[in-house]
Amino acid sequence: MTLPERYRKFQAEARTFCRDIIEPRATMHDLTGTFVDDNVKAMAERGWLGILWPRELGGMGLDYQSYVIAVEEVSRVGAATGLTLAAHTSLGTYPIYKFGTTEQKEKYIPRLARGLYLGSFGLTEPNAGSDAAGIETKAVKTDKGFVINGSKRFITSGSYAGTVIVAATLDRSLGRKGVTCFIVETETPGFKVASAEKKLGLKGSDTAELVFEDMLVPLDSVLGKEYDGYRIFMETLDGGRISIGAFCLGMAQCALDTMIEWFKDRKMTQLESKALADVAVQVEAARLLVYHAAQIKDTGVRVDKECAFAKLFASEVAMWATGVAIDAIGPLAITASMPVARAYRDAKLGEIGEGTSEVMRMIIAKDVIKEAREAC
Amino acid sequence: MDLSYTNDQLMVRNMAKEFATKELEPKAAEIDEKGEFPHDTIKKMAELGLLSMTIPEKYGGAAFDFLSLAIAVEEISRGCGSTGVIVAVHNSLVAWPIANWGSEAQKQKYLPKMATGELLGAFGLTEPNAGSDPAAMETTAVLKGDKYILNGSKRFITNGGVAKVFIVFAKTDPAAGTKGITAFILDRDAKGFTLGKHENLLGLRGTANCELMFDDCEVPVENVLGEVGQGFKVALGTLDVSRIDIGAQAVGIAQSAMEKAIAYSKERKQFGKPICDFQMIQGKIADMACRTMASRLLVYYAAHQKDSGKTRFNLESAMCKLFAAETAVAVTREAVQIYGGYGYTKDYPVERYFRDAKCMEIYEGTSEVQRIVIARTMLG
Repeated sequence: MTLPERYRKFQAEARTFCRDIIEPRATMHDLTGTFVDDNVKAMAERGWLGILWPRELGGMGLDYQSYVIAVEEVSRVGAATGLTLAAHTSLGTYPIYKFGTTEQKEKYIPRLARGLYLGSFGLTEPNAGSDAAGIETKAVKTDKGFVINGSKRFITSGSYAGTVIVAATLDRSLGRKGVTCFIVETETPGFKVASAEKKLGLKGSDTAELVFEDMLVPLDSVLGKEYDGYRIFMETLDGGRISIGAFCLGMAQCALDTMIEWFKDRKMTQLESKALADVAVQVEAARLLVYHAAQIKDTGVRVDKECAFAKLFASEVAMWATGVAIDAIGPLAITASMPVARAYRDAKLGEIGEGTSEVMRMIIAKDVIKEAREAC
Repeated sequence: MDLSYTNDQLMVRNMAKEFATKELEPKAAEIDEKGEFPHDTIKKMAELGLLSMTIPEKYGGAAFDFLSLAIAVEEISRGCGSTGVIVAVHNSLVAWPIANWGSEAQKQKYLPKMATGELLGAFGLTEPNAGSDPAAMETTAVLKGDKYILNGSKRFITNGGVAKVFIVFAKTDPAAGTKGITAFILDRDAKGFTLGKHENLLGLRGTANCELMFDDCEVPVENVLGEVGQGFKVALGTLDVSRIDIGAQAVGIAQSAMEKAIAYSKERKQFGKPICDFQMIQGKIADMACRTMASRLLVYYAAHQKDSGKTRFNLESAMCKLFAAETAVAVTREAVQIYGGYGYTKDYPVERYFRDAKCMEIYEGTSEVQRIVIARTMLG
């Protein structure tokens, strides 16, 4: 699709950067499982690690539409780096920007924005995935601060983060109303990276298990208010889903790029034409949903449903389209050097992370059923 | 996709929505059941300017942009699918090509009367043996003095039974392939022009779908639309525009089916609770909502491309038509499913939506044809 004039220059520059820097390293990251540290540094130099935040806080001051273009273009050639950028920005930094005190923002955002370290978000636990209100990590308030015990799993960039937003419960009997979010510096005694997951895809991204053992964090490390953590992480996830939509869009576009390149000089059968047309249409629809969510987010309106649309649709398109592209090409497509083979494995995370497709469907259904009630 | 509307677009939406709710929806079942063309409502729509959306002000038209037309067709189709396509055909398949390719005399003769609804339009391209392959058409036009003599027939023509002005395509040079096709503006009372069979359709039953027969039919030379031999270009160029409105029609039908199904799922109780509380129903509703929204964005984006003056938008138009049509079929099928046995009866509108939706995948280029257009364009 054609973007409005004001974004075209940014998109063109992003494409050049991704082609020159991200793409050449993608196969190596995937095959060796090396963290995409080199790409993180390159993105930091461009200012992209602070893309959304105001210049006063060390950011670039750009909008969500620009941000999703960046995540899309990166993920198109190196999804592990795309996910790292998305998680750092939407999960690791956004909640501090949105819910933090002036002191917290001034302390952390410039460091995160400049890439002094990555930001991370610790919500999921071994026994609390889709049911995030069921977290078991406990925080106990004392005079000296909060003592946190528990563990987190599947935490993107957890091993490389300088700060982690940790969700813990002050009172399990209160369910979601007992949850509080903390900004935890990873140098805090008692904070431990237990292990890094070996995964199906996104091998260049880091997925850590975190353990907190009598970890004492200061009283002023609470993000937002005590007992208000559920609302904070739910709103964080809404925004995060736009970037997961963009991440999936990039992989779906990789499938389309692959097919166009493959068929450019070949005669297509009719069923191959169908495959190409279907991928093209679905990618375009996914792009419109992702950009639409970003544009609404830029107006400051709440976007739960639109983000869920974008994430649900784009993730399913990415998973399906990478498979279609592989089918179109045949055995060559599943060799290690083919970007689409990597994208096929990487894409699966899109249907799982930051709310599974099932959770997306529940969010959308509740929203439209409620809207219908209000319309009556 | 930036969905900030202009005041005109908002006004069109509100007007069309109100009209659809008050005037179209209450009559839609009867129109469908009897297969009757809704003459009365078409008259009222002309008064609202809904039949002159693509006609320049100079010729008495309302001269709206294509996004406004898509919005109008979507809202009208929420109330009545048949009426949606009647309006779409009149505006984008007939008035627009006359405004775009017509001579000054043709515009002055036809457009003001089309704007008031005095002349309703129909578009005759398809033939019994020429559907997806329109170049295989068998209707011929032979120049004789100052007239063309047409022989042949056209089939599946929306508005065909009631229209007063037709755009028809015929071969003026059968040996020249697509370059031997010419477009003509044909009056209903032209000598040698009769109506054939009225189709008994699965859906969209109020559209006066009819066969057109030409038996030494006389058309004056000044009624050639565009240039002689340029008819195929006129046909394809027109379809690029009108497919956006078929996409819009599909969005309207899907939206209506979804709204009805959601409302029903909240009232219908099974196992002691409303069925909207069941995850499998919620899953359907979520997919319906997501795909309908994606369709809407594709349609509006295509219309926006046309409005922004882009000359080639056949890709966007094929994409929105394909996606929205398949969405309408999927969404209406799920709507029937959510209604269960009731959905299979004529007591509720969802079975009509399901039947109406199917046509979106067939007319103005089947889904297969859209895929060929898209695949070719992608490889540019």
